[in-house]
Amino acid sequence: MAVANIQVSETPLVLYTLRRADDALILGHRLSEWCGHAPMLEEDMALANMGLDLLGQARELYSYAAKAEDRDNDEDKFAYLRDARQYRNLLLVEQPNGDFAQTMVRQFFYAAFADLYWRAMMKSADPTLAAIAAKSEKESAYHVRHSSEWIVRLGDGTAESHVRAQAAIDQLWAFTGEMFQADGSERGLIDAGIAVDPAALRPQWLKTVSEVAREATLVLPESDWMQQGGRSGRHSEHLGHLLSELQSMPRTFPGTTW
Amino acid sequence: MYTQALNTSDAEDRNIEDAGRAAQFQARIDADERIEPNDWMPAAYRKTLTRQISQHAHSEIVGMLPEGNWITRAPTLRRKAALLAKVQDECGHGLYLYAAAETLGASREELVDMMLAGKAKYSSIFNYPTLTWADIGTIGWLVDGAAIMNQIPLCRCSYGPYARAMIRVCKEESFHQRQGFEIMLTLARGTEEQKAMAQDALNRWWWPALMMFGPPDTISQHSDASTRWKIKRFSNDELRQKFVDATVPQAHYLGLIIPDPGMKQDEAGHWVYSEIDWTEFNQVLAGNGPCNRDRIAARRKAHDEGAWVREAAAAYAEKRRQRSAAQAA
Repeated sequence: MAVANIQVSETPLVLYTLRRADDALILGHRLSEWCGHAPMLEEDMALANMGLDLLGQARELYSYAAKAEDRDNDEDKFAYLRDARQYRNLLLVEQPNGDFAQTMVRQFFYAAFADLYWRAMMKSADPTLAAIAAKSEKESAYHVRHSSEWIVRLGDGTAESHVRAQAAIDQLWAFTGEMFQADGSERGLIDAGIAVDPAALRPQWLKTVSEVAREATLVLPESDWMQQGGRSGRHSEHLGHLLSELQSMPRTFPGTTW
Repeated sequence: MYTQALNTSDAEDRNIEDAGRAAQFQARIDADERIEPNDWMPAAYRKTLTRQISQHAHSEIVGMLPEGNWITRAPTLRRKAALLAKVQDECGHGLYLYAAAETLGASREELVDMMLAGKAKYSSIFNYPTLTWADIGTIGWLVDGAAIMNQIPLCRCSYGPYARAMIRVCKEESFHQRQGFEIMLTLARGTEEQKAMAQDALNRWWWPALMMFGPPDTISQHSDASTRWKIKRFSNDELRQKFVDATVPQAHYLGLIIPDPGMKQDEAGHWVYSEIDWTEFNQVLAGNGPCNRDRIAARRKAHDEGAWVREAAAAYAEKRRQRSAAQAA
C-alpha cells in the first residue's frame, strides 16, 4: 500500500470508542455488500437501512475518538488509514456474509447484544457516549426485531431454511463470547461509570437468543469455547480483504479530498 | 391481484372497445382528469402503462447495480453513507413503481420474471460499467438529471397512481442529482488526477445519458398514442434538448468539456448536438451493451439464490396461519 498507516494514541477512552466504531463500520460494510443482491427487494432495503444506521454510528464514534485523542485524526483516517492489525472490531462482525442465514444470524447475535449494550450505555457518565447510545439504541432495537423475525422464519420455515439457519448458528457461535469480554484497559472506564461491564449483559443476551432459537426450533451449541482476538487486532483472514477494498481509494490517492 | 378484484364488474365487457366509452375516456383525458385503477380504460392504455411503469421499476432495480459497485469503495465515510442511502432510495422507487403497475392488474412477480427472462426492458444506461469513483458523480449529475427531465412531466401524467409515484420519486431524485453534481464539483476543484477522472467519466457517460430519452421522434413507436393519452407530454427530442440546454452550462461551470466537438449554440440559445450513435443504442437495447449480460446475471443470481429464503418466509406464514386457525377453532 502506498500510504502509511496513521498512528493512534490508544488511551483507554480512545481505544474503547474505536472498538465500538470498528464494530459498526465493519458490520455496516458487510451489509452494504448485499446491495442489489438480496433475496427480495424489501430485504435489499432493510439490509441497506441497517447498514446505513451502523455506518452512522461508526461515524459518530470515530469523530468522538478523534476528539478524545486530540491529534489530527478524523473519521476517515480511522476508517481508511489503519490496517488490519490496528482495527479493533469483534471477529463476529468481519465474518463473510455467506448465505442469507449466515448474514441474519450474525446480525441477530450482534444486534441482540448491541441493543442491550446501547440501552445500558445511555447511563454512561460520558455525556457524548450517552448521547450516541440514546440514538443507537433506537436503531439497534429495530435491528434486533428485524433479525429475530428472520431467525424464526428461517428456522421454522422449510427443511432447507432450517438446516441453513442451524448451520449458521453452529458456525458463528464461537464468535459471540468476545462481545462480553472486557480487558484491563476497559476496567478503569467501567469503574468510572463511563463504560458498562459487558459480562453483565450476557445473561439477558442468552435469554433473548435462547427464546428466539426455541421459537425458531433451532438449537444453540453446547460448546462454550470462544474465539477472540479482534479487540487487540488479531483478526480472521477475512478482514484484510475487506479493508483492501474499503481503503483502495484513499490508499491510491493519498491526501486527496473527495 | 388488487386490480383483478376491482375489475370484476368489468369482466363481461372488458374486451369490447366500446366506442362510446373510449370517447368518454378521451374526454376525461382532455379535461386533464386523473384516471384511477377502477376506472374504465382502453386495453391498449392499460398495456402501454403496464409496460412503461414496469420498465421504469426494472430500471430502478437494475440501476442499483452500477452504483452498488462502488459502495464498498467509496472514498470517504460521508460519500459511502450518501451512496448507500441513494441506492436504498432507488430500491424504494422500484417498490413504488411495481405497486403502481400492480394497480393495472399485473403482478410484481410476473413483471419481474419477464425482466429476468429478458422479455422486458430496463433503461439502456445501466448497461454501462462504473469504472472509477467519478462515474458515481457523473451518474448522479447526468443520469439522475436526465431521469428528472423525463419524470417531471410524468408527475402530470393521466394515470393517477403513476403520477403520484413520480411526485415522490422526483423529490428524492433531485436530491441525488445535487449530490452527484457536488461529487463532480469536488473532483473538478481537486487534483489533476481527479479532474482527469471527472473528464473521463463525462466522456464515457455523455452519449449514453442522451440516449436515455429514447429514439428520435421520427422513429419513436409509442409516442402518438401516449401523447394523446397524456402519458407522454413532451417528445423524446424535446426532452433531450431541454436536458442538453440545462447540462452544458453545468459542464462549463465544472470546467469540463462535453465530448461533442461540433456542439454550438443556435440563435434561439439551444445547444445543437451531433448525431447520436443509434446503432450503439439499438445494440444496447438488443442486449449487446457492455454490461447487459452481467446485470441480468446478477439479478437472476439474487433471485435464484434467494428462492429458499422466500420459500421459508411463505412456509412460515402458512404455518402461522394454520396455527392461529387451529387456536381459533
